Amino acid sequence: MQKKIQILVLAVMLLPLIFIIGCGKSSSSLDTGDAAQRVYVKPGEYDEFYSFMSGGFSGQLSVYGIPSGRLFKVIPVFSQNPETGYGYTEETKAMLNTSHGFIPWDDAHHPSLSQSDGLADGKWIFINANNTPRIARIDLKDFETAEILEIPNSAGNHGSPFTTENSEYVVASTRFSLPIPNQDVDIKSYKENFKGTISFIKVNPESGRMNLEFQILAPGFNYDLARAGKGPSHGWAFFTSYNSEQANTLLEINASKNDKDFIAAVNWKKAEEYVKAGKAKAMPADYYHNYVDEKTRVAKSEQMKTVMVLDPKDCPGMIYFLPTPKSPHGVDVDPTGEYIVAGGKLATVLPVHSFSKMIKAIDGKKFDGEIDGIPILKYAEVNAGEVQNPGLGPLHTEFDEKGFAYTSAFISSEVVKWKLGTWEVVDRIPVYYSIGHLMVMGGDTKKPFGKYLVALNKITKDRYLPTGPSLTQSAQLIDISGDKMKLLLDFPTIGEPHYAQGIKADILTKDFMKIYKNEDNGNPYATKGEKDAKVVSEGNIVRVYMTAARSHFAPDNIEGIKVGDKVYFHVTNLEQDWDVPHGFAVKGMNNSELLIMPGETRTVTWEPKQPGIYPFYCSDFCSALHQEMSGYLRVSPANSNVELKFGTGK
Amino acid sequence: MGLYIWINKITGEGPNDLNTLNGLNHYIGMKTIDEESIPELVFMPYIIVTLTFLGLLVAYKGGSRSILTLIILIILLGVVGMYDFYMWEYDYGHNLNPDAPIKVPGMSYQPPFIGSKQLLNINATSLPWIGSAFIGMSVLLFGFSYLNERKNKGIQA
Repeated sequence: MQKKIQILVLAVMLLPLIFIIGCGKSSSSLDTGDAAQRVYVKPGEYDEFYSFMSGGFSGQLSVYGIPSGRLFKVIPVFSQNPETGYGYTEETKAMLNTSHGFIPWDDAHHPSLSQSDGLADGKWIFINANNTPRIARIDLKDFETAEILEIPNSAGNHGSPFTTENSEYVVASTRFSLPIPNQDVDIKSYKENFKGTISFIKVNPESGRMNLEFQILAPGFNYDLARAGKGPSHGWAFFTSYNSEQANTLLEINASKNDKDFIAAVNWKKAEEYVKAGKAKAMPADYYHNYVDEKTRVAKSEQMKTVMVLDPKDCPGMIYFLPTPKSPHGVDVDPTGEYIVAGGKLATVLPVHSFSKMIKAIDGKKFDGEIDGIPILKYAEVNAGEVQNPGLGPLHTEFDEKGFAYTSAFISSEVVKWKLGTWEVVDRIPVYYSIGHLMVMGGDTKKPFGKYLVALNKITKDRYLPTGPSLTQSAQLIDISGDKMKLLLDFPTIGEPHYAQGIKADILTKDFMKIYKNEDNGNPYATKGEKDAKVVSEGNIVRVYMTAARSHFAPDNIEGIKVGDKVYFHVTNLEQDWDVPHGFAVKGMNNSELLIMPGETRTVTWEPKQPGIYPFYCSDFCSALHQEMSGYLRVSPANSNVELKFGTGK
Repeated sequence: MGLYIWINKITGEGPNDLNTLNGLNHYIGMKTIDEESIPELVFMPYIIVTLTFLGLLVAYKGGSRSILTLIILIILLGVVGMYDFYMWEYDYGHNLNPDAPIKVPGMSYQPPFIGSKQLLNINATSLPWIGSAFIGMSVLLFGFSYLNERKNKGIQA
C-alpha cells in the first residue's frame, strides 16, 4: 500500500515535468515545424530541382537549387559581364548588337524552358528582354547564351517568350503600341496611328535556332503576358491586354476605366496556313539576329531586313478577343489545357475561361461586335467560372497535379489556393512582400510537381539584414504537398525575379558538358598546343596567340609592343579537366578580364597608352602555383625600334 | 582519374585523363607518359601472339612435357614482363626533372606495383586487369591439363 502511494506521489511530481517538456516541443514545432529539415541539403549532396530565375533589371538569368535556395550561377544574357568577358570579348560582343547599336544591358523578365509534348525537355531556356525587344536562347548543355533575336515593330517585349507545347514557337507581344512602321507622329494621334504586334518566333527542333516567322497586327492596346495552349488547346496561344481605352498619358487612371479588357486568343496553326497561302505581307524592318556559330563558338550578327505581317482583317478565324475584367496580367492555361485563368489585377474576382466553351462560341458566332476585324466573344459564352475573393491584385496563376491552382495577389501579399471546377478558395498564405509571379515546379506544363511553390517577391523591407536604401529582392519557398501551404524558406535573389522555371535536376544532369573538347575548338585564333604559341604583328595590330595550362601562360614574356598598337590576346585554355578555368588580366585593361573554360579560346583587346612594363596574370585560382601563373609585357614608345620578341625563356 | 596499360597502348579512363595526368605530373618533374617512348608497346603484341600460337599448338598436340615447357615459358616471360614494368615505374617515379616546381626532400613517386600507396595528396592504386586475368587463367588451365595428362599416363602405365 505504501509503495503504491509512493509511486503515485512520484507520478504527480513528474507530471509537470512531462508537461514542460511536451510544451517546449510543441511551441517550437508551431513556429517552423520541419521546415529546416525540408530545405536542408546535406553538404556534398544535390538539390532535387533546378530553378531558373529571371535577373530582372540585371538583364541576366540566375540558377538556383531547390529546396536549398542556393545560387549556383548567374548566366550573362542581355548585360555585359566583365567577370567573364561576356559582351566584351571578340567572341561574344556581337550577341549584344541591335538595330539601335550595341546595347550593354536590358531588363530580363520571363524564362521559359523548351518543351516536348508539354513537358520541359531540358534542351534550352528562353528569356525576353523587355526594354529593347529581344528573345535569348540559352543552351542547357553548357548553360551559356547561344542566341539573341531582336523583335521589330515592338516596344516593351513583355508578353514573351512562353513556349508552345513542343517549342514550335516562342512568342512576343508588345507592351507599348507604336506607329508601325515607326515614325515621327503626334503622340495624341495614338488611336489612329498606334498598333500592337504579336510575334511568333519559330524554333528549329534540332539546332534551337530562332526565326521570326510572322507577326500579327493587333489593335493599339498594351499587351501584357501570354501562354500557349496545351493538349486540346494546343495550336492556340493567349495574350492578355490592358489599356483597351487606348490612352497615351496618365495610364494609371486613363487605362483603368473599362470594366473589361481583352485576352487575345490566337489560332497559330490557322495563322501558319494564312502565311502559307500568301496572306502575309512582307514589311521592311530592321532587326538583328545574333547567334553563336556552332563550329567556331564565335558570335555573329545578321541584319534582317523584312518581316512577314498578317492583318487580322485578311485572316478570319485567326484571332478572337475574350472580354476579361479588369486590366488582366497573367493568362495561365491549366495542365489539362481546358481552363484559361486570367489575373485581372484590378478585378475583385478571378475569371476562368473555358477553351471548349470558347470553341463552341466561335462555332455559334456568339459575338459582341469586333475591333479591327477581330471578333469579340460574349463573356458569358466563354466564361467557366469566377473565383470569388481571390485576394487583392491577383496577378498570376500556376497549377499542381491534383486539380488546384495557386494565384499570387500583389496588393494583399498572399498566395491563394483554389480548386479548379468548383472555383472555391481552400487555403491562403501570406508572403513577404508584394508578390509578382509565382512558380510551381513544372506548374506551366502538363505534369506539374506539386511539391514546391516559389513566390517571387518585389519588396523585402524588413525581411533581411538592412543594406542601406537598396535592398535585395527575394523568393520564398512554400511547401504545397499537403492541404495547407507551409512557408519553408526565404532566400535573396539577383535583380528582380519576375518569373522562374523549375525542372527536375536529373533531366539536366544526365547529359551536360564538362569541358569543350580541344579537338572541336574551331576558333580561327585558337592555339592548339604550347609549341604553336606566337605573337604576330601587322602594322599596328598585334595578335598574341597564347596558351594557358596549369600553371603558366605561353608566351609569358612579350616585347616589341608599341604605344598606339591594338593588341589582341587570343588566349586558349588547353586544359581538358572539369572545373579548371583560367583567367587573364592585364594591368590597365580598359574592357574586361577573360575567364576561359577548358578547351575554349577567348579574345580581349588592349590598347596600351604609356610605355613601360605591364604584368598579366591568371585571375582564377587554378592550382597550387596559380600565383606564379603570370607574365610581363613590355610596351615601348610608338617610334621605338624594339624588336618583337616572345617566349617562355626556353 | 585512371590509366589503362594495354599490351599495345596506354589510354585514360576518361578521354582526357592521360593528357591531364601528364599535365599535372610536370609539377613533380615526372616525364610525360608517351606511348612512342615505350618500345614494349610495339614488340609485346608479337610475343603475346607467338605465345597464343604456341598455346594452340600445345593444346592440339598435347603431351605433358610440352605443356610443362609452355607453363614455364609463360611464367618466365611474365616475371620478366613484371620486372620490366617495375623498372618503368621506378624510372617514372625516380628520374625526375631537377627543375620541378614541387620538390619534397626524399620523396619519390613510384606508383605501387599492386595495391594502393599515398603519393602526396594522391592515392595511387595499381591493379592487374582483364589481360592479366586471361594469362593467369591460361596458366591455370594448362596446369590442370598437365596434371590430368600425368594422371592419365599413370593409369595407362
